[in-house]
Amino acid sequence: MDGSKFDDGSIDAVSGEQSIRNFNINFGPQHPAAHGVLRLVLELDGEIVERCDPHIGLLHRGTEKLMESRTYLQNLPYFDRLDYVAPMNQEHAWCLAIERLTGVEVPRRASLIRVLYSEIGRVLNHLLNVTTQAMDVGALTPPLWGFEEREKLMVFYERACGARLHAAYFRPGGVHQDLPGDLIDDIDQWADEFPRVLGDIDGLLTENRIFKQRNADIGVVTEEEILEWGFSGVMVRGSGLAWDLRRSQPYECYDEFDFQIPVGKNGDCYDRYLVRMEEMRQSLKIIKQAIEKLRAPEGQGDILARGKVTPPKRSEMKTSMEALIHHFKLYTEGFHVPEGEVYACVEAPKGEFGVYLVADGSNKPYRAKLRAPGFLHLQAMDHVATGHQLADVAAIIGTMDVVFGEIDR
Amino acid sequence: MSEALNELGQHLELKRTDCVIAWDVTHGELNVDVAPSNIAGFVEFLKTDNTCKFSSLVDITAVDYPDRPKRFDVVYHFLSMYQNHRIRLRVSIREDEMVPSITDVHPSANWFEREVFDMFGILFSGHPDLRRILTDYGFRGYPLRKDFPTTGYTEVRYDEEKKRVVYEPVSLVQEYRQFDFMSPWEGAQYVLPGDEKQDAKA
Repeated sequence: MDGSKFDDGSIDAVSGEQSIRNFNINFGPQHPAAHGVLRLVLELDGEIVERCDPHIGLLHRGTEKLMESRTYLQNLPYFDRLDYVAPMNQEHAWCLAIERLTGVEVPRRASLIRVLYSEIGRVLNHLLNVTTQAMDVGALTPPLWGFEEREKLMVFYERACGARLHAAYFRPGGVHQDLPGDLIDDIDQWADEFPRVLGDIDGLLTENRIFKQRNADIGVVTEEEILEWGFSGVMVRGSGLAWDLRRSQPYECYDEFDFQIPVGKNGDCYDRYLVRMEEMRQSLKIIKQAIEKLRAPEGQGDILARGKVTPPKRSEMKTSMEALIHHFKLYTEGFHVPEGEVYACVEAPKGEFGVYLVADGSNKPYRAKLRAPGFLHLQAMDHVATGHQLADVAAIIGTMDVVFGEIDR
Repeated sequence: MSEALNELGQHLELKRTDCVIAWDVTHGELNVDVAPSNIAGFVEFLKTDNTCKFSSLVDITAVDYPDRPKRFDVVYHFLSMYQNHRIRLRVSIREDEMVPSITDVHPSANWFEREVFDMFGILFSGHPDLRRILTDYGFRGYPLRKDFPTTGYTEVRYDEEKKRVVYEPVSLVQEYRQFDFMSPWEGAQYVLPGDEKQDAKA
């Protein structure tokens, strides 16, 4: 306060009444509550956030550019690396886009397996989000409990496709391999045991005084704001709008499943937490139904629509020359997708994940745009966080459910 | 589903004849071609009109067609949560043309337009803050244009002597892998290994 110069060039004025300067801080990119590589430039007035400028792109890998020089099948694993918390849900959008353009009909068993694994993905995501958000606001135990369950689900991933995270399991025309019989039994058993763990986490957080103080009335989102900022997923449902693509624009075979869409009332961080908890219970319901349908006689059969976009059966390759040639051509040249453009979207755990695919009739996409829900949620950060305290920023980032794999692409 | 979209397309053509250049319904999706100068007004109309109610913006992106005189297609996706339908708008522009920003109608367009600017170099007039968004600080070029190489032009490494990260021109230690597996019998663009000798002889 002596007229000295600051490093940004401004001079502290000496006056009778001390003039007060807003304070700029960098939040991240290596902050544990930034959920990855988010850098926020915050302008603070005391402890109140005046302006919040998110700098993204620190994890930009040019996925869309890379996709233009690879075949459709080679592009599939890139989707696991977008939202790496629930990988298979992203693959789903890509498969749906290709199937829409090529007109491939997915066999029933594959469709059921896709629903089963999409819901497992949803539980994976919500478990991570709910528990780490609790850690951001001060609770250390929930992530330990949540990650134990996540680990079990990862094992289910591994048993289906061989990889814990980067699955590449959903393929255009179905899924890569059939599930072993005992895997379905084990998922069934897990679905029986999981509600107890969920109840434990619930008991730890829901009525916890500190957790409530940190989340209730923080980051309130209204219906107008949802439309203005293009929110989707839990950000919408937390504010009382029952909007779920699984119900309103059904894809795969979601229309034959019985589940409810939980909605919040106040649109604050706490309601979004409650919605996520309830969605996990609804996902369990879907998992149970999917298992039942998989065991029924109609649920048996092939898991790939055999044709141009899918490989032939191994046994056929031993006897048929055409099958052998087809296999070779499929994995070198790849399949061709007819010219056209299509937008396919799924209700990913974080919101609407979409793929806009422009095909030019060759074996590579001419242009693929990945629409990530977190991109829009984070964009509204300035709007939502302004006027809150610095400590609330962490809580808001937590419930927005941002993962930088999908935002930066 | 597509009947309703056909009706919607006719409705749009009737109400806003000046904006709609062409429309069609393919793969169960409604596509509308719009003139660049009218885009902001048309988006406003889509948002407020009661039969449309396209209240939320889903996506803005662009597609590069280097061979066309109107090089870029800027593509908008909208969704109506009330009427439960979607629409796609396409705006074709030349390389030197600007597109009016729609941030006044949809604040969520802000980052999307920044991203399109970052990736394609398309300028949006009236955008409040048209900075680069995904690429590195100080990046040059527009990566998603078809004439931009996938490897880029610069690479970074940590220099032990200068004790900082330095930018250098890309040098590939092995050839960049092209996944061009098109059948040589079906119009491959490249010369097959060995075939180049034939021209030399003749």
